[in-house]
Amino acid sequence: MKVRVFVSLKNGVLDPQGRAIHHAIEGLGFSGVSDVRAGRLIELDVDDSVTDAALDEMAQKLLANQVIENYRIERVAA
Amino acid sequence: MTFRAAVITFPGSNCDRDMAVAIENVCGGEVHRVWHGDAALPEGLDFIALPGGFSYGDYLRSGAMAARSPVMQAVVATANKGVAVLGVCNGFQVLTEAGLLPGALMRNAGIRFVCREVALNVENNDSLFTSRYFKDQRITIPVAHHDGNFFADDATLDRIEGEGRVAFRYAEEVNGSARNIAGVLNEKGNVLGMMPHPERHIEKAQGGIDGRALFESVVRTLVSA
Repeated sequence: MKVRVFVSLKNGVLDPQGRAIHHAIEGLGFSGVSDVRAGRLIELDVDDSVTDAALDEMAQKLLANQVIENYRIERVAA
Repeated sequence: MTFRAAVITFPGSNCDRDMAVAIENVCGGEVHRVWHGDAALPEGLDFIALPGGFSYGDYLRSGAMAARSPVMQAVVATANKGVAVLGVCNGFQVLTEAGLLPGALMRNAGIRFVCREVALNVENNDSLFTSRYFKDQRITIPVAHHDGNFFADDATLDRIEGEGRVAFRYAEEVNGSARNIAGVLNEKGNVLGMMPHPERHIEKAQGGIDGRALFESVVRTLVSA
């Protein structure tokens, strides 16, 4: 089974990378984009036996740094 | 009593030798070089240093992989017993990721890698790492980092400021760090993380000697203790 873990910066945390991307989008001539936040998508292939609790623990212990980041876990049907 | 220090090397560390030489020159004693895969540290250490570099290629987040390596479990246990631990640059990132220090080090606010000498203010000269400085002494130490932007929530910042745990503050804009914090101590004062590189300013030939007093503080406090 595929699992997607979306890691994003918490609200209020400055995202210089997102700001640079925003700037580049405007540089390409696109308008109407008011903000850009960059995050990270981590895909895991796991056995069906891996529990939600275990996935949550992986995210908390390693995949996201909860001082600055939030995470969301999504199981993807095969 | 012989001063016993260890310098940890992760894959991608690149300031480990500079750190070992600085400790040998200023502190004397024995400096053990320890590899990240080692599960145990040498017995009877007085001081552990985590050097700068790009451990594990900065994969996931700077310091994140190193903080979960076997040797770090031993470092955390040893730090919790009160042994002095210094993390410089990537070492600071590892200490925050390992939970020994509060906050996180994010991409520099200006996005660019910053590599130059910066002015620092010594905020606290009452720690085992800073006792050989004067309070509010203005010193010059080099920085070289991409992810040095110290972040913590306001409550955490207020707490560490109130407890005198800001050891060094930038005296100029460098990387967007919250309240210009350049170096922070843990609650007990035996763990210090800082982005500037004191081990690079030990001898006049390096362009400055303002980093010496940090290592002199460590050896004086620990050997006379």
